[in-house]
Amino acid sequence: MTERGPRPHLTTLRARIARIEGAERRSSGTLPFGLDAIDRRLPGGGLALGALHEVAGGAQGATDAAAAALFAAGILARVKGKILWCMTQSDLFAPALALAGLDPDRVIYVEARDETSLLSCFEEGLRHGGLGGVVAEAARLSMTASRRLQLAAESTGTIGIAIRRWRRTAEASDFGQPTAAATRWRVTSVPTAPLPVPGVGRPRWFVELIRCRAGESADFLVEGCDAAGHLALPADLADRSAASQAWLQRAAS
Amino acid sequence: MEGQRRLLTAANAAARAIGLVPGMTVAQAQALVPDLQILDAEPDADRAALEKLACWSLRRYAPIIAADPPDGLMLDITGAAHAFGGPEGVLRDLVHRLAEVGATARAVCAPTYGAAHALARYGAGPARVVDPLELKAAIGALPIAALRLDADMVLTLGRLGLETIADLEAMPRASLALRFGSAPGQRLDQAFGRVAEPFEPIQPPEPITVERRFAEPIGAPETLARYTGKLVDELARRLEEEGVGARRLDLSFHRVDNRIEAIRAGLAKPSRDRRQMTRLLCDRLETIDPGFGVERMQLTVPAAEPLTYHMVSNLGEAPVPDVAALVDLLGNRIGEGRLFRAAARESDIPERSVARIAPMSDPTETRWPAAWPRPARLFARPEPVDTMALLPDHPPVHFVWRGVRRRVTRADGPERIYGEWHLNDAEFLGVRDYFQVEDETGARYWLFRNGDGMDSATGGQGWFLHGLFA
Repeated sequence: MTERGPRPHLTTLRARIARIEGAERRSSGTLPFGLDAIDRRLPGGGLALGALHEVAGGAQGATDAAAAALFAAGILARVKGKILWCMTQSDLFAPALALAGLDPDRVIYVEARDETSLLSCFEEGLRHGGLGGVVAEAARLSMTASRRLQLAAESTGTIGIAIRRWRRTAEASDFGQPTAAATRWRVTSVPTAPLPVPGVGRPRWFVELIRCRAGESADFLVEGCDAAGHLALPADLADRSAASQAWLQRAAS
Repeated sequence: MEGQRRLLTAANAAARAIGLVPGMTVAQAQALVPDLQILDAEPDADRAALEKLACWSLRRYAPIIAADPPDGLMLDITGAAHAFGGPEGVLRDLVHRLAEVGATARAVCAPTYGAAHALARYGAGPARVVDPLELKAAIGALPIAALRLDADMVLTLGRLGLETIADLEAMPRASLALRFGSAPGQRLDQAFGRVAEPFEPIQPPEPITVERRFAEPIGAPETLARYTGKLVDELARRLEEEGVGARRLDLSFHRVDNRIEAIRAGLAKPSRDRRQMTRLLCDRLETIDPGFGVERMQLTVPAAEPLTYHMVSNLGEAPVPDVAALVDLLGNRIGEGRLFRAAARESDIPERSVARIAPMSDPTETRWPAAWPRPARLFARPEPVDTMALLPDHPPVHFVWRGVRRRVTRADGPERIYGEWHLNDAEFLGVRDYFQVEDETGARYWLFRNGDGMDSATGGQGWFLHGLFA
């Protein structure tokens, strides 16, 4: 059997499937990480913009969600518009977000009284449409709540990031429950490569893509956000993919 | 303040008794009275207070009233004095009421504004009513300064031997006008009532109010919501006519049993957008208990600000979407203080370097220095940890936090932060040495030693965990 141009049956079938999935559901584009290793695992070559994404911290990060917050800040540093950051605990330190590329003038913080009002603020932010992105540090996220959030995000094309953060490490098993989020990530700090001099280097995160709608799960070892919110691949990785290739290209030109 | 000299602008009765007068320099006054209490003059605040006083007297005494800065009020009590039993009654009431709040006032009722102004400031007695027939005698003896003329002109007239208003009145008008212009003649005419002197009365600020009465009491939530929408429509029209936008909305529901339920909504920016206002009010409608029914709904704007149209261009870059409506909605739902933006404050102490500002404030200028690592989570109060560290400037070898012992594999520091002695004497010698450390699992911590590791005056040398890095 020979290949003869585009197959009409397949094209119509794809169109039908897209219609069944929701004709009014509009695609708002994607936000690439700028790292080929991650982007090629994501449908559309990046994080879907009009969608809900979940990020949690691994190990000790389940309770402090420090790496997860910076991972989210790095993503939002690369979108346009104001950011609504909803939380119930007020220990987020704004200078750290600024160091991850998120300008303080862009972020409006909401300190909600409880989880219920947190989720209502989250949804209201996603529904508004004028924001670049909305973040909520939520402990519980039920299927129903996440579906509402996902629909709100789809309706406006605003990216929503739910940072899952629990009061106790034992509660982190909640992360196994299904939600309607488009992707689900877990970010864990891992020991960094030893430097030739005393001191600590750029943070290194083990980023797991646990669930990805229309994609497969994967994991990556990356270096934390730089001042523009970009992740990087560690230069000492065995396959030396991005960094060394960039170096080769520069050398060739 | 006049040039480089600081002058007294006002003095209370006690100060006047020991010889201090307005116009004296502060240095001279302080030489006379060493422990003199001096307050800065606030002309704007004085003027605003005077306007408020004028509004108050408007409700009480007469319909035509104006503030007469810096220190006077003009009341046209024609046809309004009978409520107090004549002009004397008005003056007595006015002076008494002001005395109750601690203000000394002198009140004069005269046929012309110029005469009343002169007699109140230069005449005798706290309250006096001048009959039209005795007007000439009453003001003739007053000094020329009472005529609202320039101080320089008063001085020159004095040098010419003209001391009282009667002296000036006796001068031939033509030569006076040749030498001093029209001002003295005009002021004389105004004082004696030969020319009219109209003034601009103040308009009391009246809140914009719309209301609706119902023949049959209403109570169903959807009916309340519908009429809220109708009231907002009406209000938006009124706001547009006035060219203002609402900053605060009060919606009150008068129930048949004479109780009033109310919703108050605030707006971050002045607005007259119907959808936004309806949404804000209807969002809180569930807090209203209509009881046996609501017979009257009233929507008031206690705070309004000018709102003009903006030119919108579809050339160039896309307009920045406005999030004020969202801020209002969330603020009214969970409390305005719970929405904020973080702004950099110039302080080295980490917990003081972040200020909370209103979410819709203007963009800020200052930024945190990018050179120093700062943790993603900062504890409101640093948690003490047990450590083992070499003094004076080595990071800990290990530390125990929340019952778990963590071995430090890598560390950066110290970043020394000094106490802000200019804010607080207790911090004069205080020092914190911050270290960023990483344990064997890769978790990073922000530890500090309270003190420089050598001198106990700089702190207790205890170790604390202040934040967590990612």
